[in-house]
This record gives sequence, structure tokens and C-alpha cells, in this order.
Amino acid sequence: MSADVHSLVGAYAVDAIDEQERAAFELHLAECPECRAEVASLVEAGAQLSLVSQTAPPPAMRAAVLAGIRTVRPLPPLEQPAAAGHQLQGVGPDPDAPAARIPVVIDDDDAEPTPTAPAADLPANVVPMRRRRPVAEWLVGAAAAVALIAGGIAWSPWDDGAGKAPVSASEQVLEAKDAQRVVQNIGGARVTVVRSASLHKAVVVADNMAAAPTGKDYQFWFDQPGKGMVNAGVMPHGSAPTLTVMLEGDAATASGAGITLEPAGGSPEPTSTPLALFSFS
Amino acid sequence: MAPDLSELLRACALGDESAFARLYDAVSSRVYGLVLRVVRDPAQSEEVAQEALLDIWRTSARFDPERGSAVSWMLTIAHRKAVDRVRSAQASTDRDSSYGSRHQERSYDQTVETVERRLDAQRVRNAMDVLTDTQRKAVELAYFGGYTHTEVASLLGVPLGTAKTRIRDGLIRLRDTLGVQQ
Repeated sequence: MSADVHSLVGAYAVDAIDEQERAAFELHLAECPECRAEVASLVEAGAQLSLVSQTAPPPAMRAAVLAGIRTVRPLPPLEQPAAAGHQLQGVGPDPDAPAARIPVVIDDDDAEPTPTAPAADLPANVVPMRRRRPVAEWLVGAAAAVALIAGGIAWSPWDDGAGKAPVSASEQVLEAKDAQRVVQNIGGARVTVVRSASLHKAVVVADNMAAAPTGKDYQFWFDQPGKGMVNAGVMPHGSAPTLTVMLEGDAATASGAGITLEPAGGSPEPTSTPLALFSFS
Repeated sequence: MAPDLSELLRACALGDESAFARLYDAVSSRVYGLVLRVVRDPAQSEEVAQEALLDIWRTSARFDPERGSAVSWMLTIAHRKAVDRVRSAQASTDRDSSYGSRHQERSYDQTVETVERRLDAQRVRNAMDVLTDTQRKAVELAYFGGYTHTEVASLLGVPLGTAKTRIRDGLIRLRDTLGVQQ
């Protein structure tokens, strides 16, 4: 891990970072126990500062808050530690995905009690509306994401109909004569996009990528000239050291690809600055 | 006798509203005061503090005592929300004030202070005095100002890496001076 990421430990502890740095640093935290311990201690130290700013709230606030909680259901505990990312699960399509993911989406948005709240986990440049989408739309989004995952997984056998030995679609791309590789580091992860223009496909190979923060997913985009960033699928959940994902869409026309952190299930268009960009030019 | 905040959070997770009321009484002035310090507008601060407190209720089951104290977990939620509020306001209109006006002590002196609270505050102020001026400024701009380290660097006219380092070193010194356990 570069010293540069490590040195964000203080800024992270007091929220003095932007959303992209936070995402990258959380990837780092997932794999760096030393930083986790230091963050924990600095968060405690920072919290002490609130002893000098103590101010009694307006008396009416107490009744308002106590009335407010009656309408809000406490969430259940997380099923697994958010930062773990090392539980083994298959790389293939996850049959439990719809059941596992949709309730999380509902909990996080439906239960939000105050519609004026800024989207707490999103960068300032995100239009709050995006988080205010009705649950039904979220469900559609989540279901679509599941379909994308099922459709985008690389390990399904590839049958080109010509009777050749089955070679996976991703292998075809990885071994294509015109395969073009672009590598970027995101936190401690090494992410390679391999594109074959002749096959019109691109594959992402993510090494050592930590799980997305709770309530978020990594989403891929193709930069399509004239159209901008076009959804290329959501990274499936999995914790094999290396994830291989076939991107959705025509890679031949794309001038590049990007990866962003999006609300769970993905977004119709990017809502945050890319964690990494991959240029095909 | 101060209530055990971890216990209260555990009870909240099970839907115990009276536990939340006790939690409110124990931490609301720290939560509200911190939000007010960052957001500064009292009406908005009340709104943000309420959101934070409702979030604490809603996510109480996700507090993990292995990872930190209950009070710092709650204040982290409040601080994050306060920072989000000022940054989204900043995204639409630039914030009006200079560091000088923001830096004036405004809030805690207006508080009805108990002796205990005053001693706590004095202890922390003394610890802040142990920091170098530059560390203290960087930590205050980050924590109370809600600025990113990049913004802190440009406010202080120092290179990017320097602001990061000052925030970190300042927090380490604060931690060690206060003897914070974690």
C-alpha cells in the first residue's frame, strides 16, 4: 500500500475527505488492520472535541425526536461485517442476490424519515432526488442489477454455434489478438480492463478489490462518444481474490470505461466522480 | 452516574423507546453542539441533529462496541451529516464566511454549563493547546469547519500532503494527550 493512501488516516477519521477518497480509503482499510486501528483511535480523539462545542438543543427538539423514532423501525444487525470482504462465495451468479439485496435498498431509503435530508452517504454533487426515488423504482433498479449480474458473469460457457470447444466469453476477450489492456489501481486493488474491438466486448479483471461499502455497489460505464457514460453493469458481489466481469454493451464503439461507486443496485447514470477511468485511445 | 451508552444502544436496537430517551438526554447536547458548530445556522442545525439522532435509533443494531465507543459512533454519524450539509450547501452557493468569523467561539459559552461539562471542555482545550498552532488550525478546520484536507491545504496555503499530515499528527497528539482509550 502506498504511503499516500495510508496518510489519509487522520483526514478520514474526521470526514475531511471527499467521497472518492473515502471509497478508495475504505478499500484500503478493509485490508490494513494498522490503519483500522489508527482510524479507530483518531475517531475517539476527534469525538473528544465535541466536549468543547456542547450546546443544549432547543427544548422542543426532544419531543420531536422522540415522536420521530416511533415512526422509524430500527434496522436489523448487518449479516456480515461490512469491511470483511473475505468470505468465500462463488464467482458465478448468486441465486440469493435478489432476496439478499432488495430489502437493504428498501431499508435504507424507505425508512429515511426526513425527505429534506441530504443524501448522507453521497458526495455533495449528487442531486438528492436520486436518493429519493420511490421504492418501486429502486426495486426495478435492483432487479435490473441482478439481471446484469446474471448476464454479465464471465464463467458461463460460450457457445459460438460453430462446434468448437467451448471457451468462455471472457477468455475469448482476454486472448483476442486485438486485446487491449488498461490497468488502474484503486486503493489497494488492481483493476484491468481488457477490450477486444473485434469481439465488441470488454472484460474487467479486478484483483484484490474490497467489497463496496454497505449500501453501495461498484458500477461500470462505457464512455460512448456522443452518449456519454453508459451503464456497463454492476460489479457482482464476491470475494474471490480476482473477479472477472464481462461488461455489458458495445465495447468497440466505446472510447473508454470507468468505474464509480453507486447506491446499491447501480444508477442509470454516474452519480459520483469515477474511482478510475480507462482510456481505449 | 452516567448511563452505559452501549447498553442503551443495544436496547434501542430492540425498539426500547425509553432507552432512546435516556440516550437523548445523555448525548443530545454533544450531538447538537457539534452540528451547530459545523453548520452554524441554528434552524438547519436542529434539522441535521434530528436526522442524526433518528439515524442513531435506526442503525443502533449496527453499533459494534469492538470497533469504538458508543459516543464516538454517535458523534461520527452526526459529524458526517453536518459535513454533508455544509458541503452540499457549498456546492450550490459558496459559503460566506472567513475563517476568522467561523473561528470565534460562539456556542459553548451560551450553554447552561454544569461543572462537569466545563471541566471536560477545559481538559480538551488544554489538550488542544499542546498541539502546534498549525496542527490545531488544521484539526479545527477539518473537524469544526467541515473542510476536506484539500480545502484545508488551500485555506492554510500549504501543500496538499502537509495538511493531511497536520490533521493526522494533530489528532495523534490530541489522542495521546487526552489518553483516549481505543
